[in-house]
Parts: sequence; structure tokens; C-alpha cells
Amino acid sequence: MRTRPRLRTETRWAYVFLLPWLLGLVIFQVGPMVASFVLSLTDYDLISSPRFAGLGNYAEMLKDPKVAAAIGNTAFYTVLHVPLAIAIALLLALMLNRITGRAAGFFRTVFYLPSMTPYVAVGVLFLFLLNGQAGLVNQFLGLFGIDGPQWTTDPAWVKPGIVLMSLWNLGTTTIILFAALRNVPRELYEAAMIDGAGPWQRFRSVTVPMISSALFFVVIVNTITSLQMFDQVYTMYFGSQSAQQSSGDAALFYVVYLFQQGFQFLHMGYASALAWLLFAIIAVITVIQVKAGNRFVYYESEPPGAAERGTR
Amino acid sequence: MTSAPETRRAFFLVMLAAASAVFLYPFVWLVVASLKPRSRTFADPFVPWPHPFSPQNYAAVWDAAPMLAWLVNTLIVGFMAALTVTVSSAFVAFGFAYFRFPGRGVLFGSVLGTMMLPSAVTLVPTYLIWNSVGLTGTQVPLWAGNLFGSAFYIFLLRQFFLSIPRYVFEAARVDGASYLDLFWRIALPLARPALIIAFVFELKASWFDLMKPLIYLQDPRLFTLPRGLKAIVDQFYQGGDPKWEIVLAAGVITTLPLIVIFFIGQRYFVEGIATTGQRG
Repeated sequence: MRTRPRLRTETRWAYVFLLPWLLGLVIFQVGPMVASFVLSLTDYDLISSPRFAGLGNYAEMLKDPKVAAAIGNTAFYTVLHVPLAIAIALLLALMLNRITGRAAGFFRTVFYLPSMTPYVAVGVLFLFLLNGQAGLVNQFLGLFGIDGPQWTTDPAWVKPGIVLMSLWNLGTTTIILFAALRNVPRELYEAAMIDGAGPWQRFRSVTVPMISSALFFVVIVNTITSLQMFDQVYTMYFGSQSAQQSSGDAALFYVVYLFQQGFQFLHMGYASALAWLLFAIIAVITVIQVKAGNRFVYYESEPPGAAERGTR
Repeated sequence: MTSAPETRRAFFLVMLAAASAVFLYPFVWLVVASLKPRSRTFADPFVPWPHPFSPQNYAAVWDAAPMLAWLVNTLIVGFMAALTVTVSSAFVAFGFAYFRFPGRGVLFGSVLGTMMLPSAVTLVPTYLIWNSVGLTGTQVPLWAGNLFGSAFYIFLLRQFFLSIPRYVFEAARVDGASYLDLFWRIALPLARPALIIAFVFELKASWFDLMKPLIYLQDPRLFTLPRGLKAIVDQFYQGGDPKWEIVLAAGVITTLPLIVIFFIGQRYFVEGIATTGQRG
């Protein structure tokens, strides 16, 4: 019985340390989530008080052609960006893993530099690089006799241009995959070679399983961030009248539309409903990916779902 | 068989050098174009030096927009955001790492759970909170939410604190140290590398942020660099008054300080990403 009072002080102290988190959880997470859901059932313009609208906003979303366009654009981008970005990053990481020492460190730094460029600056840079008449990209294509498209004004080419821009930012994914490759034990390759496995077989049967948890991780993170794409696209195609007219709705990404509804048109109820739809979409896609991932991810000694990455 | 690894290594070096050129050249183009007169912006895109040389573009930016104020704002907001999130997250992380108490599992689950919540869901109500306390239109909403810690950094720092052998703390307890002493004098100094990782990541995130300045700031004098650069694009690229050289020079000014910070803290960025898988 002697330890009981001491345990209670310890518990009290524990909660002192957790206090900032608990306050933040209530004020900035749980509270806003509840508020956001309640708001999504109202019409609210910040000036007059919220008016109950039932499921009106959700019904409205189903009919709103801009919602359909925004979902379509965001899906188009995500479906192209995620596999392309990971394939290229994996290729770079595999090459980094083949050369060793200082050269690898140097190239890794180079590949990461674009990721240190603020997204607004990336958007600005690519407005110039993708310029249809005289941009660097089309002048480069011109060297091979290719007449490049009007990336920033032709609605059919706006999204491919955005995908191209996104592939400049592979640094983080490359570093994660490179770190995973370096952790693959050499003996496994030696054993595979003794068994007569060729390069492709070694890649399929040793490399891929051994880095599968890192691959899984970058798929999930890249998907979630792609679905919330905002900064670069908003910089390039929104905010001023002329910018918006030049591309039509081709660059209307989901979070861009949510932002417009909430903070430009002050349709805060509708924006909240849009936010919940986005949350639902992300949750469903993530669950599907985790389910599919658990089947192919190889966990070294750890059971699936142990989220304790990153110690040491 | 003997020279094969050598040739293979050379092949990969060449391939990586080519890839590096693709990733680096847009920077070169940006800096070179920012130093050329407007009529030559798009001319000779493969010549990696400015001709004719026009450094007065940077003087023009200075006259066109309060760049220095924006830079100072960005540094202040970034420093506040990084400092508050690092200290508060470490404080909370220590609570989770050191103490054993009822409800710990559930509460730590709530930390991991909020990492899944897209920020779009809380965007509107968070604005209404800051609006109700009269702080919209100030820079406070850009960082003050960080006073309550952030899930990702709490997770990162807890992992780090867990790796400190427990007898270190117990020995200090026997010597009469309070729990706050354990945190300030033992846990924090030992966690220096992890604290720096949290600090530089948050500094970068704050420097990247466009959404919050768009939502909360109206007065151009309070803008951060990304918000200011967006205003410059709207005026001098998309607007009726095309002055590309100003847009390009402002782009360089927005980017360059962060690249310098990266080279200073490079070790921590790479280590942080490699061990935690932080998205960039």
C-alpha cells in the first residue's frame, strides 16, 4: 500500500505534461470536427447566423458540376502522380544504392533540393518553364523536333503539366526508399546469387519484399498529399481573374474548390460538407490501401500494424 | 569479371549526373532569368549565365513590394511556429514516454489518430475560433496552434525519449530531481538531435505555408514571403502589368534563404526523413 500515494502523484504529473495536448485536442481537433459536421448541416455566411439546412449541402454537392470536375481533376492527378513519382524515385534510389560513399550523398542532396523550394515558388517557376510559346520545357522538346503543347492554357494539357511539375519534387520519397534499400542485408543478395538468381530475380525476390514496408508507406503518404494538392495549383491558376479564365476548370482541384467556397464565397456550411466528403474519400482509399498492403508487405519480425517505425 | 563492377559504377554515375542536371537546371534557369532584362527572359534558355546582365531587377522588386518586411515576417512566424511546436511537443512526448498511467494507450492512440485527420476538415471551424477572439488579420493564427504540440513531432520525440535508458532518470530521481528537472535537465539536452529535426521541419513547413496566410492576412505589410510572392504573381504575371523580371527575382528571394538553411541543417533533414518518413 505504500506505493499508492506516490502512484497518484505520478499520474497527476503525467497529466500535467499531457495538458497542452489535451487542450489542443479539444480546442483544435475534436471541437472543430464536431463544429464542422454541424456547420455542414447549415447555411452560414459568417454575417447572419447559421440557418439549418439538413442534408441540403450534401444534396447540393451531388448536383454541383464543379464538385464532379474537382473530384475528376484530383483523381486524374493522383492516379498519374503516385505511380510515376514512386517509380522514378525508386529508380533514383536504386542507382544511389549502387554507387557508394560521398558521390551518393552528393546526388541525394541534389535530388532533395527541389523539395526545399516553397510550393508558391515552384508554381511560379513552372508558369515560366511550361510557357507554351517560349518555356524551357517546350524549347527542350523543340531540340528533338517536338512541337510542345500549350501546357498552361490548353485545358487538355493543364493537368499533365501539373503532373510534370510534381515529378520535380521527388526528394523525400527518394530519401525514404534509399534509406530502406541500404537496410537490406547484403547476405540476402549473396545467398540469392549462390542460388543462381539473376538481377531481375534478385530485385523481385529480395529487394521488393525487403523494402515493401517503405514502398507501402510512400504510396499512402503520396496519395494523401496528392488528394489535398493546393499551393502550386492555386498559385498558377487561381487568385486573379485572368489566371482563372485561361485554364477554365481544368485546374480546379478539390481543396482549391473547398477554399473558394469557404473563404471567397463565404459558403462555410457548404465548404464544411465538402471537407467531410474529402475526409470520407481519403479514409476509404487509405483503408483499401492498408488492406491491400497488409497482404504484400513483409514485416521483419514485427506484426503487421505495429506503427513503431523510426526508433534508433 | 574483374572490371565489370567498375564499368557498372561508372554507368550509374553518368546516369545519376544526367538526372541531377534535370533536377538542378530549373534552379539555374530561374536565377539566370531573374538577372536578365524582361525582353530576354525566355531567350537562350540553355545559356547558363545572364546576358545582358540586369541586376537592377532586384532593385525593382525592392521598390515594387515590401520584400524585406515579408522576409522578416517569414522569419518571425517561422521561428515562433518552430519554437512553440518543438517545446510543447517535447513536453507532451516526455509525458507519454516517462509516465505509466491509466488511459495512456487510448490517449497516445488519439495522437496517432489526429495524424490521419486532413487539415481541410478543421479549416472552417479553426477560422471561426480565431475570428471569435478577434485575431484574424494578425499573424498569431499562423503559429499559435503550435502551442499545443503536434502529433507527428510528439510521436518522433516520444520515440527518442524512450531510447534513453530509464536508469538515467531513476538516478536523478534518487538525487532529488523533480519531474520538471527530469524533463529540462536530462530529457531535453539528450534529445538535442531530435529537437533540431522537429525545429527545422516545422520552420520549413511554416516557410512553405500559403493557405493560412491567404485565410488570415489581409494587410500586405503582414504577408509572409509565399503570400507576398502570390500577390506579386497576381499583379505582375497574371495582371495587366506584366513585369516578369520582378516575379522571377521575388521567386529567388523567396527560395534562397530556405536553401541556405537546408545546407546548414542538411544532416538533420536527411536523418529526419530517413528515420521517420516525414513527408516533405
